[in-house]
Parts: sequence; structure tokens; C-alpha cells
Amino acid sequence: MIFVNGTPVDTAAQPTIRDVLVELEIDPETAGIAVAVDAEVARRGVWPTRTLHDGAQVEIVQAVQGG
Amino acid sequence: MTAPPQANERAPSRPLQIAGRTLRSRLLLGTGGFTRMETLGEAIAASETELVTVAMRRVDPAAKGSLLDVIAARGVEVLPNTAGCFTARDAVLTAQLAREALHTDWVKLEVIGDERTLLPDAPELLVAAEQLVDDGFVVLPYTNDDPVLARRLEDVGCAAVMPLGSPIGSGQGIANPANLTLIVEAAGVPVILDAGVGTASDAALAIELGCDAVLCASAISRATDPVAMAHAIRHAVLAGVLARGAGRIERRTHARASSPVAGMPEYAR
Repeated sequence: MIFVNGTPVDTAAQPTIRDVLVELEIDPETAGIAVAVDAEVARRGVWPTRTLHDGAQVEIVQAVQGG
Repeated sequence: MTAPPQANERAPSRPLQIAGRTLRSRLLLGTGGFTRMETLGEAIAASETELVTVAMRRVDPAAKGSLLDVIAARGVEVLPNTAGCFTARDAVLTAQLAREALHTDWVKLEVIGDERTLLPDAPELLVAAEQLVDDGFVVLPYTNDDPVLARRLEDVGCAAVMPLGSPIGSGQGIANPANLTLIVEAAGVPVILDAGVGTASDAALAIELGCDAVLCASAISRATDPVAMAHAIRHAVLAGVLARGAGRIERRTHARASSPVAGMPEYAR
């Protein structure tokens, strides 16, 4: 199990970041999103290959309205 | 030691430059608080801003993000902020995520110290600013109206300082013009008034006091007619620039007649 934006998500063993995005119906090609794994930026280039360990804390963020 | 420049010497005869980038508009617009995307787009146009702030939040798969499209359609650039961060660590990571998501190394750095007032946490702010500068960011810190903190932020390499007029969204205007003047006098980087603007006159005053630019969010987005207020504040900023260049009269304790004393007729009693 990993945590995505604070929510536990059951995944296949050692999914890649890209796998998780697809699983959550977030198009990995979407412009304007970024991913942190365990409080470090995971750059877009590593999404297809970087695997997530059990308990990984993933944050997927985008720009929203704000001052 | 040379005397600090007087406000008039800082009169903006040239366009605003931040970190080598020229901005023709001295108004930055926050995108928060607009209830409709269409209104945001129209307010961007009416404000004639070139730079609009956005926040970074968790992706909502249900919401189709048109915000960046609206901003791009108006031909303006995004300035991500770190709003909502209470520690240097969170602010640094948020800035790094914004850089990754939005392909900009500019950041409006906010590190908040108190939920009720949303006032900056000075020590955390300084730590975050230094780390982000070291990481190659162009850092524009939202800061207290504290001349010493502003100087420290400049010393660690911030590209501008963004003192508050009063608390975010409060619309109280410029609570401490004396401190703002001290910040302006000492600053070697642009000073952008951030937070507290309630209406057009507050923006004009900020520029008259020597600020190089003004950032408005709630004053525009939460006005009864946001597009009209965007228009008004754009003109207020221009008025402030012109007035500062023109040079205001000295304040006097007593009156000074503008009509001649000589030649006064003596009427029959």
C-alpha cells in the first residue's frame, strides 16, 4: 500500500510513479502537475521508471487559484 | 556612508526590472478569490498585469484545470506561491514542485506563522529564502513590514522584497507607512507591496511611498465588480507613478495660502 495525497491506495507490488498516475486516471502527460515522493521532488523524467516502496508517501500537485 | 535615496530619486522613469526581467506593468495580480474563470480572465486583461500568482495544491482528478489555460490565453506569466506553508521545509519543497510543474524558477515565497493573522514567520522565511536562492530560484518573499527583515532577505539574495501593507485579505491598506518608507529607502532590490490593499487609493499610496509595484488579490477578486476594480487599481498604480515623479508638496502644520496676499481690496464698512 502507498499513500497518494494522503489517501491509502492499494497497488501492484512496486508500481512506478507513472503506474500510479494512470491508476488514478491522471494523464501523465498533463502539463502543470508535479510529484513528490517522501517529501522530495520526483522529476517527470523518472516517472516511468521510479518504483515506489510499500508505504511511500506520494503527493501530486497542480497550480490552483491563489494570491 | 551615503544617505539613502529620497522617494523622488526612486521615481520610476524606467520600467520595473526584477532579476533582469523587464515588467511594463507595476501591478501583479493574485488569482485567488475569483469565483468564475471568465471573470479572472477579464480582470487579468483589465489590470494589464504581466504576472499572476497561483498556489500549489493536491490534484483534484474531478476538476479539469482550466486555470493555466485562462492565464496562458491572456498572455501573462505565472508566479507560483508557497501559500499555506508554515515551515521553511514545506515552502522549499512547494517551490521545487512549482518549478517542476510550471517551468519557472520564480517563486513568491510565503512562510506563514499564524493562522489567524497569516503574518509571515520571520525566522522560517529567512531560512527558506536562503535555501531557495542557493537552489537557483528567483525569490520574491512576502515579508512583514520590518525594515531589518527586508534587509536580511535582500542580503541572502532575494530578487525583491514584498512587505505587507496589512494582513492578507484584510483590506486595511497600509497600516505602517513609516516602516514601508524605511524599507523603500534602504532597499537595493524592488519593493512590491503585497497584501492589505483594499481599494485603488491604497495602491496609489504604495507607489507614492516609493514601492516599485503592488500585488493585489482580494482587493480585486472579492470586489463587487472585480473587473472594474482591476481597471481602477491599474489606474491607481499609474497615478502613483505619475504623482511620485511629479513630486508631492511638503506636509505643513499650518496653512499656506495659495492665493496672493498682496492686492487684497479693502471693502467699505
